[in-house]
Amino acid sequence: MATVARSIQPDESGTVYHVRAGAEGTVIDVDGFNLFYGKKQALFDITFSVPRGLVCALIGPSGCGKSTLLRCLNRMNDLIDDVTINGDMRIEGHDLYGPGVDVIALRKRMGMVFQKPNPFPMSIFENVVYPLRIDGVRDRNVLEETCERALKGAALWDEAKDRLKESALGLSGGQQQRLCIARAIAADPEVLLMDEPCSALDPIATSKIEELIDELKGRYTIIIVTHNMQQAARVSDNTAFMYLGRLIEFGETEILFTAPKVTKTLDYVTGRFG
Amino acid sequence: MPPDSGHTFTTSGAARATSRPTDLRARGEPFLWGLGGALAFGVMMVAGLLLLVLWNGFATFYPRPIHVVTLVNGDVIAGEPTRTEDFRPPATEVAALPAAVRAGIETNLGFADRTLYRTGNFDLYGDDFRWITDYAVARVATPPDLYLFERLEWGAFIGRIKSVDLAGATFYAGGIPLDRLVAAHDEARRRWRQIREIEHDEIGRVNQQIESERLALRKVELRSGGPATDYADAARRTDARVVTLTGEYEGLAARAAALKAENARYTITLTEIGGREKSQNLADIVRFYPANDLSVLARLGVYFSRWGEFLTAEPREANTEGGVLPAIFGTFAMTLLMVVAVAPFGVMTALYLREYARQGRLVSIVRISVNNLAGVPSIVYGVFGLGFFAYIVGGTIDQVFFPERLPNPTFGTGGLLWSALTLALLTVPVVIVATEEALAAVPRSMREGSLACGASKWQTIHRIVLPRAMPGIMTGLILAMARGAGEVAPLMLVGVVKLAPELPIDGIFPYIHFERSFMHLGFHIYDVGFQSRNSEAGKPMVFVTTLLLIALVALMNATAIVVRNRLKRKFVGGQF
Repeated sequence: MATVARSIQPDESGTVYHVRAGAEGTVIDVDGFNLFYGKKQALFDITFSVPRGLVCALIGPSGCGKSTLLRCLNRMNDLIDDVTINGDMRIEGHDLYGPGVDVIALRKRMGMVFQKPNPFPMSIFENVVYPLRIDGVRDRNVLEETCERALKGAALWDEAKDRLKESALGLSGGQQQRLCIARAIAADPEVLLMDEPCSALDPIATSKIEELIDELKGRYTIIIVTHNMQQAARVSDNTAFMYLGRLIEFGETEILFTAPKVTKTLDYVTGRFG
Repeated sequence: MPPDSGHTFTTSGAARATSRPTDLRARGEPFLWGLGGALAFGVMMVAGLLLLVLWNGFATFYPRPIHVVTLVNGDVIAGEPTRTEDFRPPATEVAALPAAVRAGIETNLGFADRTLYRTGNFDLYGDDFRWITDYAVARVATPPDLYLFERLEWGAFIGRIKSVDLAGATFYAGGIPLDRLVAAHDEARRRWRQIREIEHDEIGRVNQQIESERLALRKVELRSGGPATDYADAARRTDARVVTLTGEYEGLAARAAALKAENARYTITLTEIGGREKSQNLADIVRFYPANDLSVLARLGVYFSRWGEFLTAEPREANTEGGVLPAIFGTFAMTLLMVVAVAPFGVMTALYLREYARQGRLVSIVRISVNNLAGVPSIVYGVFGLGFFAYIVGGTIDQVFFPERLPNPTFGTGGLLWSALTLALLTVPVVIVATEEALAAVPRSMREGSLACGASKWQTIHRIVLPRAMPGIMTGLILAMARGAGEVAPLMLVGVVKLAPELPIDGIFPYIHFERSFMHLGFHIYDVGFQSRNSEAGKPMVFVTTLLLIALVALMNATAIVVRNRLKRKFVGGQF
């Protein structure tokens, strides 16, 4: 894997880049992206590209816009009234916010895992195949195959294979979160968006999820928002540091945590604020 | 002492030692008493009402003894003591009493006791009940040979059996074979039920067919615009059919007449306590028992037989006797139909309001208006239902679909369907409010999870939000059902009647007759209690019917609650 494709390269937004590039180019390209909640601007001129197949972490203090940015990627912000955006956001070259974009098809390409596990009040099986069900898939074989593949992918198969018909609400918190990951990968997305997936879990469940992220790397591009800097350091290849709605520094995780190029980043990763 | 009042900070013991204890108001004790008292008061009112209804409702059918009261002036009356109360006898009457009795009344501050006896024998006496003042009583006896007869007409008869004529074999008092009497009575009642079946069901069906032939002919007449060839053909066919049906009718009538003639051979002659006689067909007696000569088991037998009749028979004697089956049936059918109407309507409205409508001033106004609808007096809904549903909608339906029956209205008058729709309108605010709250309570994370999977908004609502909100929606429906089942005022305008000749569901196509008027337990209570000739006789029935209405509402609610709890376990439970 090639390292340090770009050296320190301050551009007009003031972001400093030192990104580790993937072998297969980029999946998501964001250029000059702004977002407003009513009159209040929440994201300022965000520009970055996510390399395919790598794990990218978003860190920063509360309210810095990490989650907002993540939710822009699958257009979950559409659900909130009074949001306006401008700028450019593309997945594999296709404009995310262009006219005539099929939001539903787009979301199928972007699996999402939330902060709190949110299994649906159905059986484990039905939870996993939910994305297929809404597409109208009825073939039992396809559903069962997908269920097994997704649960194996989410390292839940061994624990869940004997209780697929039971309610998903009976699983533990960590199992529920892995179930949500299984649900997200059942639709075979290109990108997995994770919004603080471990913040509601205990340390053992957290380490299982982290192992899982490691396994999923390569097959999916993963973008993970986290409050936990050790976690970002452990699981990610690249890390983006955001502060007050701006992208301050985006680059190789090792460098960002050990020798950041921007003083603000250094202050944050060493715990001087945030 | 509550634990918090004794607790003090110990940071500076000397300074705290002089501090005042927390005062009573700050501790909130008086308010707690107030709150508890309010709850206790409410519970007492409800429990008191329920106890009153339960006690009176369950005690009504238990057979009472018959007292034979000999008065001081020599009169003798026989009756069931119903209740006793204080009253203030007029001064002139008191003055005429013996000194000992007068002294007793004076020590009692001018009050004396009197007892209400149910004497029955309305056909002989002209009333059913009689007050007897206690000081007018010389002695009371309970002779074992007194019977109580419940009759189809004229209410109860209290007296002795003088003679029995069983198809020619006459027996006189003292030599009456009771088992033969009972068997003959059972037979006569069986024949009576057969006659009823023939007259009510079979002849009713024939009449219905004749009527539908006539209507079909009238339809042809309306279509062809007068006596044309096809009309003449149809008229001939109809006449032929009517002749066949009339033959059928006459056959049935002959069968009924034969049974009636057979029944006329079994008679019983009774004497009331004063010696006057009354002859009676055995078939016209519902049940009889020697009131003072009954074992507890026999009493219970009478008790349950009365309950059985009450629950499964039709009313008679202006609703004060007999059963309430048509009313039970009408209440049940109307309430179910109302739920069927209100559930989709209310849920869809709430779904649009909560999920799709842009939350703004307009939606707020709609929401407030819906809530205010719940405060409109229910009689207003009745007027609206009569004007809109029955006259406008029903009238139009009649003109379009049933022109041959005009000027007799089919749907253009009150009926089961219009009552259910009127009540649906009355209860829709309850359902809307409950559904909106249930929808709002579905966690945002569930919706987001579904949307993030690529589900559309509709798929999310249909697959995730609605199932999850279902227990809350059910709660709304339960409330609506309780409200609707107990409502009477609007129904009086849109379809409930004192006595419905036919049930809204029967064996004649199309089986469910939405246009028919029906009986309702709530209206039955009002009718028996306040509209009947004999309010004293109706009083026990008011309690029994109330008990039944409460039981029916409770049963329907319990069913809905069981369903709701199952849904709740399925969709909500188990979250960590």
